[in-house]
Amino acid sequence: MTEPEKRAPRLVALCMLGCLLFNYPILALFNVPGALLGVPILYVYIFTAWVVLIALMALAVERGGD
Amino acid sequence: MLHGWVIVATSFAYLGLLFAIAYYADKRADAGQSVIASPYIYSLSLAVYATAWTFYGSVGRAANDGVGFLPIYLGPTLMIALWWIVLRKILRISKRNRITSLADFVASRYGKSALLGGVVTIIAVIGIIPYISLQLKAVSNSFTILVQYPEIVMPAKVAAQPVFADTALWVALILALFTIAFGTRHLDAAEHHQGMVAAIAFESLVKLLAFLAVGAFVTFGIYDGFGDVFARAAADPKLLPLLTPLEGVAGGYASWVWLTILSMLAIMFLPRQFQVAVIENLDERHLKKAIWLFPAYMLAINIFVLPIAFGGRLHFPAGDVDADTFVLTLPMVERKELLALLVFIGGLSAATGMVIVETIALSTMVCNDLVMPVLLRMKRLRLNERPDLTGLLLGIRRGAIILVLLLGYLYFRLAGEAYALVSIGLISFAAVAQFAPAILGGIFWKGGTRRGALAGLLAGFGVWLYTLLLPAFARSGWLPLSLLEHGPFGIELLKPLALFGLAGLDQITHAMLWSMIANVGLYVGVSLAGTQSAEERRQASVFVDVFRYEAGGARFWRGTASARDLYSLLARFIGGAGADAAFAEYARATGTRWPEQEPVVDAEFVHFVETQLAGAIGAASARIMVASVAKEEALTLDEVSELLDEASQVVVYSHKLEQKSRELEAATAELRAANERLKELDRLKDDFMSTVTHELRTPLTSIRAFSEILLADPKVDLAERKKFLGIITRETERLTRLINQVLDLAKIESGRAEWRITRVDLCTTVSDVVTQMSQVFKEKSVALNMRLPPHAVWVDVDEDRLLQVLLNLLSNALKFSPAGSGRVDVDVTAIDGAVRVDVRDNGPGIRPEDQAVIFDKFRQVGDTLTNKPAGTGLGLHISRQIVEHFGGRLWVESRPGEGACFSFTLPVAAAPAAAGETKEVSWPKTSARS
Repeated sequence: MTEPEKRAPRLVALCMLGCLLFNYPILALFNVPGALLGVPILYVYIFTAWVVLIALMALAVERGGD
Repeated sequence: MLHGWVIVATSFAYLGLLFAIAYYADKRADAGQSVIASPYIYSLSLAVYATAWTFYGSVGRAANDGVGFLPIYLGPTLMIALWWIVLRKILRISKRNRITSLADFVASRYGKSALLGGVVTIIAVIGIIPYISLQLKAVSNSFTILVQYPEIVMPAKVAAQPVFADTALWVALILALFTIAFGTRHLDAAEHHQGMVAAIAFESLVKLLAFLAVGAFVTFGIYDGFGDVFARAAADPKLLPLLTPLEGVAGGYASWVWLTILSMLAIMFLPRQFQVAVIENLDERHLKKAIWLFPAYMLAINIFVLPIAFGGRLHFPAGDVDADTFVLTLPMVERKELLALLVFIGGLSAATGMVIVETIALSTMVCNDLVMPVLLRMKRLRLNERPDLTGLLLGIRRGAIILVLLLGYLYFRLAGEAYALVSIGLISFAAVAQFAPAILGGIFWKGGTRRGALAGLLAGFGVWLYTLLLPAFARSGWLPLSLLEHGPFGIELLKPLALFGLAGLDQITHAMLWSMIANVGLYVGVSLAGTQSAEERRQASVFVDVFRYEAGGARFWRGTASARDLYSLLARFIGGAGADAAFAEYARATGTRWPEQEPVVDAEFVHFVETQLAGAIGAASARIMVASVAKEEALTLDEVSELLDEASQVVVYSHKLEQKSRELEAATAELRAANERLKELDRLKDDFMSTVTHELRTPLTSIRAFSEILLADPKVDLAERKKFLGIITRETERLTRLINQVLDLAKIESGRAEWRITRVDLCTTVSDVVTQMSQVFKEKSVALNMRLPPHAVWVDVDEDRLLQVLLNLLSNALKFSPAGSGRVDVDVTAIDGAVRVDVRDNGPGIRPEDQAVIFDKFRQVGDTLTNKPAGTGLGLHISRQIVEHFGGRLWVESRPGEGACFSFTLPVAAAPAAAGETKEVSWPKTSARS
């Protein structure tokens, strides 16, 4: 497969990864008391995972030209 | 002080600025220099998703639920990852068929069904009205609160006003006028509103900046950063549960999952999202940037939601301030007038952006898919005979805009106060989610039928009405509350909030579950049970196979039509200038003459006109209109199937052809490579021949010269004669050696060499050779040392050949070692299944660039013209061939000035049963390793 042909499967994989990250039971692992630099762990986790997911989507879609 | 007039003046100044931007963008678009043809503007315009609901409501929900508001933005992020597959397909279909709205898309997919388009329109209007009322509520509430500055008074506590003093009514009317000015200035055949898109993109920037400003103020101005806000919240026992809120508070994980799914569907099927993402899209490639920029926007606008929510709860512990207003009331209570005004403008931009796009989208649907099909069917209106219908079309749209906004206001007056912002928005989300089965099924599954789509939509919408809208009305006092508590007519099983006894879920989860079961179930079930008409079959294939067929459609039409009729038809709906432009475009694109001059035109042209018309009045109406002027022969289902089969046959053939041509290309490439290799070998052979003949000629020339001297001059004295004969003998020997080596090489290379492989002790062989050579070394005063392992090392080799290698390496070492101070070391070391022999000298060494070539045939290092070394230039090449034949490796390590070290390895064999016994090993004639 050429780079542009791989774009669709890569993005589908990222969607599935997102569904996994923002769902039970992974989410429940972080739904615990405690804080990181003062911010509750659940919030830190969700926003970090969100940033990473967007970055990977950017990478997947921008690679390999048109 | 923030007087009422300051706020009103600022709002109008802001709306004026928007209008200026839109006007400028429209002018530029007319001049052919679009300002919105950029992926960044496209991404910003998609952010119309973030409405006043996001702006005020997210904080409201976060203040009660913690992270419960996030699925509304995480869901779209997940969906957008699939846009490359789903939205790109919808875009391609919509562009090719000139789809003008969501309803048009559904109608067109299921056989250009006017009925289906009408149903979708009605669902969309009813479903979206609560959402529009939410925007009105947000603007009017924020205005009412801001006017009270510096007091903080909730709108509910402000004395009820008569209708004509109600801010929300004025907001609705002003927005209606504004939208009419934006969206219905003129009729565009492609339904592009470039001015509107530019203004929406600008609004997206304003609301983001306003929200970030108030967020930063609360987080870093009032509090001391994120950690501080959360630490204080954690110290408050009432807020502590919100910090890990996923059990209980937010309705648990089921609610979280359903909200995610709901917003995944909303991001695609809200009419305004469909409008900006599909209808207003200018270039499919803009999708690439939008796929990550738009989620990044949603992330940015949500970063400060939680700090503001907790800040608000901490600031107003009494709970008398509505959490939906924290964004505005926090700057107010801190006496930041300008920031509060900026927040108000941010909220206004979020609300106006949504209202403008949503009402334009809905008005297009109402006009094209609800009113026009009805009007066109009413024969006594004689619409067919009117010369110009563009005025009528614009009039219907303007009326629809005013109607939708007034309905929104009505809902706000009657039901709005009973719900928080978020709940109202979710009711609309659940309504548009009903489009998902018909649309997603429609673009991936050819089997979906018109009846199936209709049944699914009606059933899903019915459940929505019953489980979401009805309770909303009951709570606002329109209907008796007993309906919710005991069910209709006291039938407990039919309670709208616990249908068939399904209790324990929150309202949205409950409604989504039942409506999706009804919708998907009937869509699939009815589709499978029934059959498709010819028109449906054809449209299914046009939609599902959009990437397989090039612009299709014309091949399905058979009949005749006159160009003059078609021209006047088009002119009636898009104006004379528009029709002229369209005809000219067609003539240019196909290279034909101005079709008006041809009395009867072909199917292709009729299809072109129908598509143009569809851009103005929708697919279903366009179909009716074209049928009214063209004499069409109806195609039977069989004929459509046949045409489709033909088309797919062609596709199959072309795929096969492509594959064949790819295979041919691969074969050609292989042949070309083989040919190159052959040419290279041929050249090598020529080189070899010329080198060999050159090498043979040198000794021959000197032999001949000295023989001639001896022959011509018998008086040469004895000493001279002896010297000459000595030279002749030496040169003859050299010649013999050369010829032997060439023959040897030829044998080895062709695989015809005879190898007498026996098991020998390498140490014995090495010490034999060293003893043999020690005399020659002594003569040149070069020291020769040898280090052997203490035990025997057995190898399977042809001993004569191995001797040849060792002699070659030793004589080379001797040749390059300086007389007197020279020193050559021979080391034999056994290493892990192999044995390594090093022959090291302290001669001048070999330059790195020469190290690679000394093993080539006839390559001798040194200036061959002035300082020709003795030897044939074949020794090392043959040695390497021999070592490799034994399964070993021969290489050199050297640095100029530090001598050279030639090394080779051989695989070690087991010791023979009785030492000294030799064993014949049969070797294949040709080298098996190549």
